[in-house]
Amino acid sequence: MKQIAVISGKGGTGKTTVTGSLAALSQNKIIVDCDVDAADLHLLLHPTIKERHEFISGLTAVIDKQLCRKCKRCVSVCRFAAITPELTIEPFSCEGCGLCSRVCQNGAIHMKEKVAGEWFVSQTQYGSFVHAKLGIAEDNSGKLVAEIRRVAQELAESEKSDYILIDGPPGIGCPVIASLSGIDCALIVTEPTLSGLHDAQRVMEVAQHFKIPVKLVVNKFDLNPTMTQQIEEFCQKQGVQVIGKIAFDPIIVKALIDRKIIIEYANCPASDELRKIWEELKN
Amino acid sequence: MIISVASGKGGTGKTTIAVNLAICLTDVQFLDCDVEGPNAHIFLKPQISDVKKAVIPVPEIDEAKCIHCGTCQEVCAFKAIAVLPRNDSGKGNVLIFPHLCHGCGACSLLCPQKAIREVDKDIGTIEIGTKNEMHFVHGRLKPGEAMSPPLIRQVKTYINSTKTVIIDAPPGTSCPVITAVKGSDFCILVTEPTPFGLNDLILAVEVLRKLKITFGVVINRSDIGDGKVESFCQEENIPILMRIPFSREIAIHYSQGVPIVEKDISYRVQFKNLYSKICEIANEANRRH
Repeated sequence: MKQIAVISGKGGTGKTTVTGSLAALSQNKIIVDCDVDAADLHLLLHPTIKERHEFISGLTAVIDKQLCRKCKRCVSVCRFAAITPELTIEPFSCEGCGLCSRVCQNGAIHMKEKVAGEWFVSQTQYGSFVHAKLGIAEDNSGKLVAEIRRVAQELAESEKSDYILIDGPPGIGCPVIASLSGIDCALIVTEPTLSGLHDAQRVMEVAQHFKIPVKLVVNKFDLNPTMTQQIEEFCQKQGVQVIGKIAFDPIIVKALIDRKIIIEYANCPASDELRKIWEELKN
Repeated sequence: MIISVASGKGGTGKTTIAVNLAICLTDVQFLDCDVEGPNAHIFLKPQISDVKKAVIPVPEIDEAKCIHCGTCQEVCAFKAIAVLPRNDSGKGNVLIFPHLCHGCGACSLLCPQKAIREVDKDIGTIEIGTKNEMHFVHGRLKPGEAMSPPLIRQVKTYINSTKTVIIDAPPGTSCPVITAVKGSDFCILVTEPTPFGLNDLILAVEVLRKLKITFGVVINRSDIGDGKVESFCQEENIPILMRIPFSREIAIHYSQGVPIVEKDISYRVQFKNLYSKICEIANEANRRH
């Protein structure tokens, strides 16, 4: 079984469009959407939810005003400025370390478990799909990614799948690292802009830091051919294979508006390129 | 006034809006809080005058004092410490996993032997500079580091609230975004008129309502999608501050790191109007509170 994650560094370069097409092209796989705080792949895959689970993660402090003697010891030890001078907890700032509850001499603070999101196992016409929705303004996205990847791996084992296809989050932080751990290949989708190159370099560094093989696709490559060439030269230096270049085509946006996967929507140069990309990727 | 620029979906044009708005205003401080993928410097080309190391405190054990009692492991909510109790020959060990540490300080404060001190762990850099009159600060998370919120908080310590502060936030709806936009007087949500844009806009709107931050929407590439973002904003009573139609030319300028207002003067007026609208809405919201 081979695990492939689609990442980008910079957001909006076409990760989900590419993952959608790979999901339609590949056989016998599990699909996972690891962009848990702004998940979009379900909009293309039209899943039927089979299982729904709460994601319980982390703790949050609760102050009992009756027991509180206003000594403010909690305020002085909290490094996250999560307790106001008026002794109320700011839930978005509380990281759940529990130090306040431990130092409170009146037992006025206890830690409560919180539901930080939901995850789903769904059926789609392309195969099983594991996805999630992080609660609004919640943290611990990395942990939720790790959880749905564990579920996907169990599913892949029981279904004897050949691939796990992962739609990754943007950036280089916690959820990206959780999406990359233990995978066989990272596919970077970038665009021919200075920002695209800058962020692709950073995420490539992360993948290489974790010793994960990297391949790269340039989306909308014809918007700036000079920059595309610069990206290709950079990749060559890094020993990273550029396995596809997708031309800018308004029909890709039309497919998205109709919530369809591009390779099923139109026979266009982009669809041909995506087929080629999958052939390169699957081996 | 502190204005942050955010979006649920990535790549909708946050940096474009933040940079061009900042260029059109006077007495501005620009903070790039997208520390995982900071890009504003590509467009602003600031002169960096100071580079600071960004660190978080992680524990270090003084083996001479440690009795392997296990308190630190017990109090660490993030499983960043494992204590191997002493064996028959009196040898124990403490393992620290710095990448899991949130730097809360519970272990060092609560160690009965005072055997834990905190040492700095490098998580990235903060670069400070200027572009003409504009003050510029950004954070760069070190690749391989998982936690961006501490670095975002450190970038935000440079906020000079006597100026108009523009914050370029990371994409998404989770902790890095919250950390970046918290404390703003106004937030611009940038989106595009596609199902992905709409889906992620709805999430971002929920975040801002939870945080009680006044906001409005800018629709980028406004003519290439459908009308669902417009109708959503109308139904939800969300002001649409600006629409930028798709143009190959803008895309090409962007790709070369050139701000639109430097190529197309008419956008200067539009960005100044954007700022006036923001002031109007923010003042109105202030009056109501």
